[in-house]
Amino acid sequence: MPEDLNWAIGGEAGDGIDSTGKIFAQALSRAGRHVFTSKDFASRIRGGYTAYKVRTSVDRVESVVDRLDILIALTERTIHENEDELHEGSVIIYDGERSTMQDVEVPGDATALEVPLKRLAEDAGGAIMLNVVALGAACEVTGFPIENLDESLEKRFGDKGEAIVENNKEAARKGQHYVQEEYGEFDYDMETTDEDYVLLNGDEAIGMGAIAAGCRFYAGYPITPATDVMEYMTGRVDQFGGKVVQAEDELSAINMALGAARAGARAMTATSGPGIDLMTETFGLVATSETPLVICDVMRSGPSTGMPTKQEQGDLNMTLYGGHGEIPRFVVAPTTVSECFWKTVEAFNLAEKYQTPVFLVSDLAMAVTEQTFSPETFDMDEVEIDRGKVVDENDIDAWLDEKGRFQAHFAAADGISPRAFPGTTDGAHMTTGLEHDELGRRTEDTDVRIEQVDKRQRKVETAREQEDFDYREFGDPDADTLVISWGSNEGALREGLTLLEEDGYDVRFLSVPYIFPRPDLSEEIEAAEDVIVVECNATGQFADVIEHDVLERVQRINKYNGVRFKADELATEIKQTLDTPAEATQ
Amino acid sequence: MSSDVRFTDFKSDKQPTWCPGCGDFGTMNGMMKALAETGNDPDNTFIVAGIGCSGKIGTYMHSYALHGVHGRALPVGIGVKMANPDLEVMVSGGDGDGYSIGAGHFIHAVRRNVDMSYVVMDNRIYGLTKGQASPTSREDFETSTSPDGPNQPPVNPKALALASGATFIAQSFSSNAQRHAEIVQQAVEHDGFGFVNVYSPCVTFNDVDTYDYFRDAIVDLDETDHDPSDRDQAKDKILESEKEYMGVLYQDEDSVPFEEREGVEGSMAEIPDGAPEGAMDLVREFY
Ligand SMILES: Cc1ncc(C[n+]2csc(CCOP(=O)(O)OP(=O)(O)O)c2C)c(N)n1
Ligand code: SF4
Repeated sequence: MPEDLNWAIGGEAGDGIDSTGKIFAQALSRAGRHVFTSKDFASRIRGGYTAYKVRTSVDRVESVVDRLDILIALTERTIHENEDELHEGSVIIYDGERSTMQDVEVPGDATALEVPLKRLAEDAGGAIMLNVVALGAACEVTGFPIENLDESLEKRFGDKGEAIVENNKEAARKGQHYVQEEYGEFDYDMETTDEDYVLLNGDEAIGMGAIAAGCRFYAGYPITPATDVMEYMTGRVDQFGGKVVQAEDELSAINMALGAARAGARAMTATSGPGIDLMTETFGLVATSETPLVICDVMRSGPSTGMPTKQEQGDLNMTLYGGHGEIPRFVVAPTTVSECFWKTVEAFNLAEKYQTPVFLVSDLAMAVTEQTFSPETFDMDEVEIDRGKVVDENDIDAWLDEKGRFQAHFAAADGISPRAFPGTTDGAHMTTGLEHDELGRRTEDTDVRIEQVDKRQRKVETAREQEDFDYREFGDPDADTLVISWGSNEGALREGLTLLEEDGYDVRFLSVPYIFPRPDLSEEIEAAEDVIVVECNATGQFADVIEHDVLERVQRINKYNGVRFKADELATEIKQTLDTPAEATQ
Repeated sequence: MSSDVRFTDFKSDKQPTWCPGCGDFGTMNGMMKALAETGNDPDNTFIVAGIGCSGKIGTYMHSYALHGVHGRALPVGIGVKMANPDLEVMVSGGDGDGYSIGAGHFIHAVRRNVDMSYVVMDNRIYGLTKGQASPTSREDFETSTSPDGPNQPPVNPKALALASGATFIAQSFSSNAQRHAEIVQQAVEHDGFGFVNVYSPCVTFNDVDTYDYFRDAIVDLDETDHDPSDRDQAKDKILESEKEYMGVLYQDEDSVPFEEREGVEGSMAEIPDGAPEGAMDLVREFY
């Protein structure tokens, strides 16, 4: 019997695959087992193959593997789709009485359990419960105490009434007894523990993190796989005095969130690639108006509409460089489901401390993966809130100019100006995406332009000094092989490392959640013989940026006051550059 | 809010760079008067502007203000008002800004009915980009990018608003100072989305829809027996495309603003120092 068990239910979209899988996952989690779920799904609502997979163990599980131990197949295709993952000891549960399943050929040495799911479900009160019959059968095969399933059924069907819950429990027992009588005992004996875990996915963790961090306004437009963030916030943020607004499109969503943020609320929007494209114009406005905003991109396969239900980490460049002109921004990419929570909290603090857009970059794999955690992982007492330089009527005087006007874009040494929420006496001021002076008034003055560009850029330097943009390290710190990754690959890499170790390979692994500003990895890279960057995209976008970090720096001459280069000016600048040692210009 | 606010308190110390004679001067003065008359002051007022000559308005007024990107002022205004319903929110922009690039937002802002006012300076041309056809330009109006005219009928923004479920639709003329200020004031006082289309002539690029044209064409609804609470009457007037009316075309007296229907209670700016009380329940939900 394998230490961890890999279980799946598959069928057509619309067959209740998701909710059945979730019922089982919850039952396991309540029985004190760790769970890691994944989904195979196609971009359609009904029809087409879909599966919900659960990997479970008493130890933590952080990734998916290519092995299936128990498969509930509601369609023949489910078996074919998973053929490669089946092995000698696999058990396949299916309804041999169904006309479409009569000629099913079970591959290899897998064990076939023909259970009349539909007939038994009808006996228990309705064919609709056939999935639950299968769950009962699976409990019997794995030796999993069916009482845990009962609790999960109560949670799922509780608000539909006692009778429905009882019927479902009965359906599960019919499946259990059928297997017992027809097939006898199985070798499995699934352990339970006293642990109480919670089970949630990355999108839910982001939504929960946002509420914990004081986010009160969310505007979004539905898009896979970011919609769950919005659905999570809906109804819940209201309990804390907030609101979710479904906008007419992403252009509107980001602008609404911007408006709310200017009014003083902590605000967020979340979308996926195509929506990020639409929001791009407003990135610059967020940055030049110095509005704190969290923009979450739950990536999926692009480009264009690409493969909406498939995983990819292809938008990194977009979040790093998207938008015309140059703007300071932060790009933070959580590496695990629990990090989705904590990095969201951090994103709000960064946004408000530095008054910039913060891109929170997650991906489909994390969004749909449910994982178990001990509740303390999300200890709300640990949540800290830093609203940055907000001024009120008591201290606004320090920020007024000689004529009593509020200097909302004061060119402070640390690059961070004061913020006055609308309604603050004497704080009235204008802000604009046009280049502006310290009062927020439009300007084309070349000196003021430079002052404001420099001021905004200085925020990044200040953040580098004040924040800890670090990485997480695993494996052998002295290994010659260095593997670097970002985003949701962490779990799979950690498990992969153990497998490599068994084969005698020593590897040092750095998981990097900060894309910009990011930790300086040059020392680590130089110390290693082989450096491998792992990411879910075709071109290696993160590899590009860190490769760039360790290149020898060229010297630079830059101009950004709004006027083109002039010949004499260039000659002087070049002479100056040549006379200055290279390090000094870095 | 102080009662001694004068409309000049809403003036910034920046001199407008509008062409002398531009209708936007009058439009802006009316907006400032309306705000002062309704008892607002710069510190509780938020003006959102789009892009265009019209969009510069936020710069010339004194209040909390945001000058955004082209066509997206309405969503910004909605966000501001939802996050702090205590603020007086006024959105302004041009006909290109509002009915072309921002047309989608216009329809949805109307149907969302957030309590704010939207003042569109309709000069039937793109002013800031130097004289191209706008969505309200006449079918045969010759411009640099439409030498034979746009060859498509102009949009009727008031009809769009009515069809989208507007609760307040008005039409005004910037050079009729007193009436214009009154109409904007009514929009500000309306409980919901107060939409005012203002004829605000462009003296530089539009030689068809001029002050003279509007002065001759305009009919003041106050001098007719129009009943703004009667949606059918409003519809008939709005669909009379040759007529130019001034005044409130339609007002739903029973309008309840979106944020009120949604139960938004006060400013969302106040948040606790740490996670809100009861936040651990959010975690327990996942048991
Ligand atoms: C995305 C984008 N496209 C185009 C422009 C250029 N642009 C600036 S103002 C304007 C038209 C403004 O026309 P209107 O709203 O009628 O205002 P007016 O200048 O006439 O007051 C355009 C197209 C822009 N700023 N942003
Ligand atoms: S170009 Fe037209 S709209 Fe613009 S300022 Fe001049 S007159 Fe006014």
